[in-house]
Amino acid sequence: MPDPLPDSRSAMSYRDAVREALRSALIADPRVFLMGEDVGRYGGSYAVSKGLLEEFGADRIRDTPLSESAFVGAGIGAALGGLKPIVEVMTVNFSLLALDQIMNNAATLSHMSGGQFNVPLVIRLATGAGRQLAAQHSHSLEGWYAHIPGLRILTPATIDDARFMLAAALACPDPVLLFEHQYLYNMEGHLTAGLEAVNLHNAAIRRAGRDVTLIAYGWSLHKSLAAAEELARTGIEAEVLDLRTLRPLDEQAIIASVRRTRRAVIVDEGWRSGSLSAEVTTRIVEQAFYDLDAPVVRVCTAEVPVPYAKHLEDAALPSPDRIVAAVRTVLESSGSP
Amino acid sequence: MTETVELPVSREHGLELLREMLRIRCFEDRCYRLYGETKIRGFLHLYNGEEAVAVGAMRSLRPTDAVVSTYREHGHAIVRGIPMPAVMAELFGKQTGCSRGRGGSMHLFDASRRFYGGNAIVAGGLPIAVGLALAQKLLRQNDITTCFFGDGAVAEGEFHESLNLASLWKLPVLFLCENNLYAMGTALDQAQAETDITTKARAYRMAAQPVDGMDVLAVETMVSRAVDEVRTGRGPILLEMRTYRFRAHSMFDPQLYRDKAEVAQWERKGPIITLTTRLKALGLMSEDDYERCEREANAEVDAAVQFAEASPWESVADLERFVYAGPVA
Repeated sequence: MPDPLPDSRSAMSYRDAVREALRSALIADPRVFLMGEDVGRYGGSYAVSKGLLEEFGADRIRDTPLSESAFVGAGIGAALGGLKPIVEVMTVNFSLLALDQIMNNAATLSHMSGGQFNVPLVIRLATGAGRQLAAQHSHSLEGWYAHIPGLRILTPATIDDARFMLAAALACPDPVLLFEHQYLYNMEGHLTAGLEAVNLHNAAIRRAGRDVTLIAYGWSLHKSLAAAEELARTGIEAEVLDLRTLRPLDEQAIIASVRRTRRAVIVDEGWRSGSLSAEVTTRIVEQAFYDLDAPVVRVCTAEVPVPYAKHLEDAALPSPDRIVAAVRTVLESSGSP
Repeated sequence: MTETVELPVSREHGLELLREMLRIRCFEDRCYRLYGETKIRGFLHLYNGEEAVAVGAMRSLRPTDAVVSTYREHGHAIVRGIPMPAVMAELFGKQTGCSRGRGGSMHLFDASRRFYGGNAIVAGGLPIAVGLALAQKLLRQNDITTCFFGDGAVAEGEFHESLNLASLWKLPVLFLCENNLYAMGTALDQAQAETDITTKARAYRMAAQPVDGMDVLAVETMVSRAVDEVRTGRGPILLEMRTYRFRAHSMFDPQLYRDKAEVAQWERKGPIITLTTRLKALGLMSEDDYERCEREANAEVDAAVQFAEASPWESVADLERFVYAGPVA
């Protein structure tokens, strides 16, 4: 018998929440298995899967060689063959070695086969910067993947979503990329009491406010919440919208919030050019242009490969200070609320 | 060198192999004409010359086995049992095509026949085959996955990653390399330091053998043995089918990279000629038999073309259908 799942009222880290999500999924369905680099004996590069090999065995916690294309493709094949694979790609940076499989196969097979096949595959990837790992280990490419029809892109930013998005992703008949921001693994929090499931369709208002909407996801959500706290001290009430799912985007939630606050700041750890923030901006302009009191402003990562030195990396990334400054710009350009 | 196999063959068996090869040959020749008539568009890669591989290989597979193929897959699809009208309709881009007009020549699919598609990224199908075999193994199905690919694929990392993974995990994959000596216009010896593909497989501790891919009886025998072996669960096998493509790589290929004399030399040992010569020498068939088989094959192709012509186009209103299997909020 597996150990009972921990009491949901106790504090847990984001890492623990993801691990419990994996354990629950493995317990619930014998077709579920986890495969990737160092998920077994090593316990996961971010210690997410620690202990799972001992609990579930090597068939279901499957260490792979450093062959991203083969094991992601094998995940696609296993999904086609009736299993429910969770493929861990250690970081989004390495997913580029599997891009052929993700883009040319996972995303296309349903449509290209006239609906005969579907790929119920979940790929988990650590994403983002903030730990002085330099350019090749600091990409935020989730917005880039959100460009691709056929994929679903999830960005759990809270303990609740870290704990329950995986089950929803596994229930989905389509390929899902689940981006866990590497900076969040140590974040501590509490599960919402009584919560047993989350949906993948809705953005969530994490803080209500009337003066401006901060639209964010992942680590940027927490920077936005910190900025909102700071702004509140000067009487500015920012609403903070967590996108949660980057594809398909919850356009209704974005537009509804912006219509209420009449101002929008988008916070995106991706680069500005051709980014998810550009997509969100465009949707706002297309559908709520006449509701805006000020131009939309974006806070993105500087257009450089993310540098190693801490002061340079800090300067490159969105920060609460930059978000606060952006909000003040928006308010000034529209007259204070 | 390939193993020489002198096999007993009956009239009935021999004629069946001939009929299947002629079905492909007549289909492909018609496709060539239909391309000129602009009925078929996009890329079109014809299988002329390689028919013995599909015909000899597919016979040993069970309906529940999985097949992964390439963009030169009309022959694989037809011999696997996808109805010729559905294949032709797909090439026409019609709603009745086996991929509802969304795939075309390079992307034929059939879930009911476990045909997981023509894959148009060279070597892109190999990892999928590994995964299908992993599912077969973990679900304790007694099925195997057969994966076709060309000699061009051995230059790709996905070939090496996939062979290693299949061998490491002892998965039931039969890798069938159709070595027609050219990756588009680049000869194998211009691209590979080691041109013996079986050597590469053995580097991954995988049993591997070359086969005369122009001899359908040899292909049938070698694949049959390999399928039985793979089905025991002891691990994957690679067979290198030494074959040759008679026509251009695609319809946009002036064939500057090979001599006409080389093509003519291979045509003289083509799979259909090889089989008919043997059957005639054994007194098992006559020229009348050949003509009857060819007539039947052409009649089937005629019917397929008529079906494709008469079929409706997919509604543009359904353009975005099938992108997701689940709901899109």
